[in-house]
Amino acid sequence: MTTAVPDGRPVVEMTGISIEFPGVKALDGVDLSLRPGEVHALMGENGAGKSTLIKALTGVYSIDSGRIVVDGTEHTFSGPGEAQAAGVSTVYQEVNLCENLSVAENIMLGHEVRRFGAIDWRATRRRAGEMLSRLNLDIDPASSLAAHSLAIQQLVAISRALVVDVKVLILDEPTSSLDADEVAQLFAVVRRLRDEGVAVLFVSHFLEQVYEISDRMTVLRNGKLVGEYVTAELPRLELVSKMIGTSLEVLSELEEAPKRSIADSEGTAPFVQAVGLGRKGSIQPFDLDIYAGEVVGLAGLLGSGRTELARLLAGADHADEGQTLVAGAPTRLRNPRAAMRQRIAFSSEHRKAEGIVGDLTIRENIVLGLQADRGWARRLPASRWTSSSTSTSRRSPSGRRTRTRSSRTCRAATSRRCCSRDGSRRRPSSSSSTSRRAASTSAPRPRSRSSSPSSRPRACPCCSSRPSSRRCCGSATASPSCATG
Amino acid sequence: MTTTSFAWQRVAQHRLFWPLVALVALLVANTINRPSFLAVTVRDGHLSGSLVNLLKNGAPLLLVALGMTLVIATRGIDLSVGAVVAISGAVALSFIASSPNPDSLSTVLVAVGIALALSFVLGVWNGFLVSVLGIQPIIATLVLMTAGRGVAMLITSGQITTVNSAPFKTIGSGFWAGLPVAVVLAAIVFVAVALLTRRTALGMLIESVGINPEASRLAGVRSRSIIWTVYAVSALFAGLAGLMISSGTMAADANNAGLFIELDAILAVVIGGTSLAGGKFSLSGTLVGVLVIQTLTLTVTMLGISPSVTPLFKAIVVILVCLAQSPKVRDVVAARRRRAARTPAEAAEVAA
Repeated sequence: MTTAVPDGRPVVEMTGISIEFPGVKALDGVDLSLRPGEVHALMGENGAGKSTLIKALTGVYSIDSGRIVVDGTEHTFSGPGEAQAAGVSTVYQEVNLCENLSVAENIMLGHEVRRFGAIDWRATRRRAGEMLSRLNLDIDPASSLAAHSLAIQQLVAISRALVVDVKVLILDEPTSSLDADEVAQLFAVVRRLRDEGVAVLFVSHFLEQVYEISDRMTVLRNGKLVGEYVTAELPRLELVSKMIGTSLEVLSELEEAPKRSIADSEGTAPFVQAVGLGRKGSIQPFDLDIYAGEVVGLAGLLGSGRTELARLLAGADHADEGQTLVAGAPTRLRNPRAAMRQRIAFSSEHRKAEGIVGDLTIRENIVLGLQADRGWARRLPASRWTSSSTSTSRRSPSGRRTRTRSSRTCRAATSRRCCSRDGSRRRPSSSSSTSRRAASTSAPRPRSRSSSPSSRPRACPCCSSRPSSRRCCGSATASPSCATG
Repeated sequence: MTTTSFAWQRVAQHRLFWPLVALVALLVANTINRPSFLAVTVRDGHLSGSLVNLLKNGAPLLLVALGMTLVIATRGIDLSVGAVVAISGAVALSFIASSPNPDSLSTVLVAVGIALALSFVLGVWNGFLVSVLGIQPIIATLVLMTAGRGVAMLITSGQITTVNSAPFKTIGSGFWAGLPVAVVLAAIVFVAVALLTRRTALGMLIESVGINPEASRLAGVRSRSIIWTVYAVSALFAGLAGLMISSGTMAADANNAGLFIELDAILAVVIGGTSLAGGKFSLSGTLVGVLVIQTLTLTVTMLGISPSVTPLFKAIVVILVCLAQSPKVRDVVAARRRRAARTPAEAAEVAA
C-alpha cells in the first residue's frame, strides 16, 4: 500500500486478552490495536484464535482477563448489541441476511425509522438508499435480496453494518466466496470507508488480498500474539513462517524438496481422473489424477476448495462441467451411491452433520454404506438378536463367518474412510460388476510403484490396528504429489 | 435390595413403561367400574366380551398407525390416511352395490382389490410429492386430506351407500378360528411389518434416513425410494383399514368414515415413543399406543360420559405420557430424587 500508515490514537485497544474454554486456552494475552483510517489484517492459521479474538471484540465471548478500550472508554461487552452501540460492527463470513426480505429491510433490520410507534417504510427505504449510495452501490432498495449476487449481498451486509455510527468494521473472510471482479468491487468500498476514517479489521486467508488491501497486520499463532507488523515491510515468506511457526530455512528447503509422483513411473494409468471438472460458484475447473495405491493430499486453507473438490469426486455434488474418468472410462457420478459403486467413497469433514447417523448403533453406522449397497432385503449378518452387544466381528464363534464378515465390514469401512484407495487395479475393460466385486473383496495387494513410503498400500484401518491417517483427502498429511491452492 | 431397586429402575426407564402403566390403569378403572369387563366368553363358537370388542375396534387404527409409524420415522407425516380410509370404503361398497351379485365372493375380492390398488396409488402420489418434488410432507399430504373426502363424495354421489354382502361383512364383523377377522388381519400386518423392518435392513435404512438424511445420502442409501415406499405403504394400510371400517357398518360414509383417524394414529405413534423428529421407531410402542387410545375411548363411553368429551381425555393422557417420556422432566425428577436421597445420608453422616 502506498498510503502512509496513519498515526494517532487507536480507536480500539485490546490488551492482554485471554479466553479459556474448557480444556483449551483459546487466547493467551493477545494485544490488538486498530487506528482510525487503517485496514488492519488479522492473520493466522485455522485455529490460531482469529475468530475468538473477533468474538471477544464484538461481545460474543466474554473475556477472562485483559482490557478492551474502544474510543477511549473501557468496555466489558456482554453481547453483540453493546459492541454495536459502541461503534463496532461485524460482517461475518456467511452472509447473515434474510434472502426473502428486500434489500432495504435487510439493511435497516432492527433500525427501522419509526413514526408514532409504527414503521415509516418510506423513510426506512430512503435511509437504506443513502447507505447504499455511501458504498457507491446502485441497486433498488426495494428489490429482493435473493435477486442479487453473493458479492452484492456481501456489500449489503456491509451497508447493514454501517447503519450504526460505525468506528470499527470487522470483515471476517469477506472474500471467500467472491470472484476477482467482485473482490475488486468490495475493496473499492473498503478503501472508501478507510478514507472516511473507519478502522477496518480484515480477516482473510488470501495472502494476495491481504497484501493488496491492508496497512498493518497482527499475526496470531496457537492463541498467542506473534507480533504486529507493517504490511509493506513484511515479506510474504516471512509472514507465512510467522503464521505457521516454522523457520524460514525450513520453508525454503520445502520449496526445493524433490517432487515425486507415482505418475512418473511408467506403465501406470490413473484410477480416477478429473478432467476440467468444475462447479459454478463452488470450484473452478480442475484436473486431478489419482493412482491406485496412492495417497493424495489436498493442501489449502479454509475456503480454498478442498472440500468442494472432494465432494465433486465423490458424487456428493453435481459437476456442471468437465468429466470424471474411473479406470479410464468416462463415468457420471450422479450421486454418492453411483460413486460408491465405482468404489469411491467420501468421509465428510462435518462428521456430525454429514457423517454419522447419531441414534444408530456404532455397528449400524459402520455397515450403513455396505448395507445400502447390498439393498435392504439382504441384511448383513450379526444382528442385534444373535449378539446382544455391538461386539466386533472377531468375537463371533465360527471362524469362517468371522472372516467373511470382517472382510465385508472392512470394505465398507475402507470405502467410508479413504477417498481413493481401491485395493484392486482395474483395467478399463473390466466393467462387469461381479469381477469388480470379486477383485475388491479379495483385495490383492496393489503393486508398489514408488519408493515413497506414503504411496505404499496401507492395511485397512478397520481390520488391522495399524494407525492410518484418519482423513486421506481433506488434509495435507500425505505426499505432496498434488497441491491445489 | 439394591438389585431389586436397580431392576425396578431399569423397568421404569423403559420407553414403554409409562404408556403401559396408563394402559393398565385404564383397564383397572374399567374393571372396577364394571367387574365383568375383563371376562371373555365363548359365544356361538367365537370369543366375545369387552376386550375382544376393544381389539376389534382398534384394528383399523392399528393399521393406520403402523403406516404412520414408518412415515414418521422418515421425518414425515401422513395426514391423508383418513381420506384414504373414506375413499377405500367408498370404492369397495360402490363397486359391490353396482354389481349384479353382491353376495358372491369374486365380486367382493375384486372390490377389495380395486380399493387397495387405488389406496396404493394414492400413497404413491403422496410419496411422489414428498420424495421427488420435495414438498414438505405436512403440505403434500394435506392436499389429499382435503381433496380425498371430496373424491369419496364423488364416488358415492354424495349419499351414504349401504349394501348387503355377506363376504364383505366378514372383513369387519366376521370371525376366524374364534377370533375377529379384523384382529387377525391387523395381527398379520403387524407381524409382517415387524419382520420386514427388523429382520431385513429396511428398518435400519428407514431410521438412518430419518435421523440424518444427508449422511445417509453420502453413505449411498436410496433415500428417495425409501421415503416413497413408506407413503405408499401407509396409504395401503389405510385402505385396508377403510375396508374394515366400512365393512363394520356396511355403509360408505364419505364424510365420517375414518374422520380424525390420522390424528389418533399420530397420537398412538407418539405415545409409543416414536419421535415426530424422525429416526428410531417402535412398532410395539405403536401397538401399545393404539391400545391406550382405544381403551380410553371405551372407558369414556362406559363411564357414561358423552363421547364428544373424549378428545379432552385423550389430550390429558397425551400430556401425561409425553411428560413422563420427556428427558427434561425425567432429569428434574431424577435430580430431586437424588437430592432427597442424599439428605438423609448426609444427616446420618453428621450424626456419626
